[in-house]
Amino acid sequence: MNPRRSAAIVLRQLALMRSSPTRVVPLVAWVAIDIVLWGFITRYLGSLGGQAPDFTLTLLGAVLLWDFFGRIMQGVTTAFFEDVWSRNFLNLFASPIGVGEYVAGLVATSVLTSLVSLVVMLLLARLAFGLSLLAFGLPAAAFLGVLFLFGIALGIFASAVVLRLGPASEWLVWPIPALLSPFAAVFYPLHVLPGWMQAVAHLLPPAYVFEGLRALAAGQGVHGAGLLAGTLLALLQIALALGFFTHVFRGALRSGLLARYSAESVA
Amino acid sequence: MSATAAARDDAPALAVNAVSKAYAGRRAVEAISLRIEAGEIVGLLGPNGAGKTTTINMILGLLQPDTGSVHIAGLDLARRRAAALAQVNFQASYAPLPGNLTVRQNLLFFGRLYALPALAERVDGLIETFALAPLARTRCGLLSSGEQARVALAKALLNRPRLLLLDEPTAALDPATADDLRRLIRDLAVRERCAVLWTSHNMLEVEQICDRVLLLAHGRVLLQGDPRRLPAEHGAASLEALFIRIARQPLDHGDSV
Repeated sequence: MNPRRSAAIVLRQLALMRSSPTRVVPLVAWVAIDIVLWGFITRYLGSLGGQAPDFTLTLLGAVLLWDFFGRIMQGVTTAFFEDVWSRNFLNLFASPIGVGEYVAGLVATSVLTSLVSLVVMLLLARLAFGLSLLAFGLPAAAFLGVLFLFGIALGIFASAVVLRLGPASEWLVWPIPALLSPFAAVFYPLHVLPGWMQAVAHLLPPAYVFEGLRALAAGQGVHGAGLLAGTLLALLQIALALGFFTHVFRGALRSGLLARYSAESVA
Repeated sequence: MSATAAARDDAPALAVNAVSKAYAGRRAVEAISLRIEAGEIVGLLGPNGAGKTTTINMILGLLQPDTGSVHIAGLDLARRRAAALAQVNFQASYAPLPGNLTVRQNLLFFGRLYALPALAERVDGLIETFALAPLARTRCGLLSSGEQARVALAKALLNRPRLLLLDEPTAALDPATADDLRRLIRDLAVRERCAVLWTSHNMLEVEQICDRVLLLAHGRVLLQGDPRRLPAEHGAASLEALFIRIARQPLDHGDSV
């Protein structure tokens, strides 16, 4: 592993973002829109009174964390798509960069871009609606870390899918967070799901995160077992995603897909 | 050990040993062997579909041969991919540099991929060599095809390759710039002992620049030799006439010129 090659991917992305505001706006735009939308919804629900739970935390907090997860995944896939959109695979993979170095570059790019989103998200939520995720201290950071790891795993997996199926399969990637959200129990406790959905949820690290955060908000302390299970699952999924990407890359070398990669190379 | 240090100075710049490749049962390349020594310029010629691009892609590590091996500067591409690819570079019209990066950004990006020392100075030097200074801050997607070809050539020389693959490098250039490029490549081969594999459909250019040519058809090497003597040896009036004769041969007689 040569870190300079991974850094090349990160610096390339930064150069693109410097010269193109359209690449920067999405980092904060969706987060800001969700904060405004869900902030007022939670404020309205809170005004109804009664035995209602703290909507600001259970709804707005959940939305923000789910947005954060989506940004991490898209941070990886968007950096990958830059090479797809610019048809750069020939020049890129005829250079000495290895799969591990390339994926590390995509992940580092995602770390930087999603941190920008996270800071904007925390500031807006705090200033506009008084929500402070940091008030939960270290446990909240640990749960954020699990979401971060899972976002990385899913981003690598999604990139491998597009590498295998071709640029036209890009549309498959964008709805992945939405497809997972019902199983991840983002907005409701896990036990309200039917048995088969709970079984799926137990394979998804975000389910442990949101259960843990709800327990934390309810004053039940940190669910250490859940945090550990979520972390280990996410790490395993990163390893599996990296293995899948490598497998797809080697297959593309054998089949000639990499050499012929273009908008027409679907399937 | 660095990639450069791992490469053997006494090894041929390129040794391709009996590589074959088939797509869905159809042979694209069949048991091709070729060897290029340091400082040698070799033309890879053949009609469309002869297997030139497949061969080049296998040398660049973009396509895995079904059988056979590729060694670059003594390094087995299959076993030491990164070290071998650090010794090679290429330029091809079908592989444009990212159009959303400027000329300078592109050269810096690819220079980092090759982990080059003193990169800024190297990039500045190539920008000067290829007269790209007025275009350095222009996005590559906005350049003319000739300008893009010059940038791609600058990128191809970034790592001072032991082996340079050029796929129709002068096709988009005006005659004066093409002549400058041929001089530059010839000088590179002599001065830095860089080996060059050059594909072109311009037979006059091939005769002018190449020390040796390989004529491919139907995925096989049918002829090789000095481009200035080969036509006479095979009863053709010119290299172009010889090329046309080979290109028009039916598949089942592909090996009898």
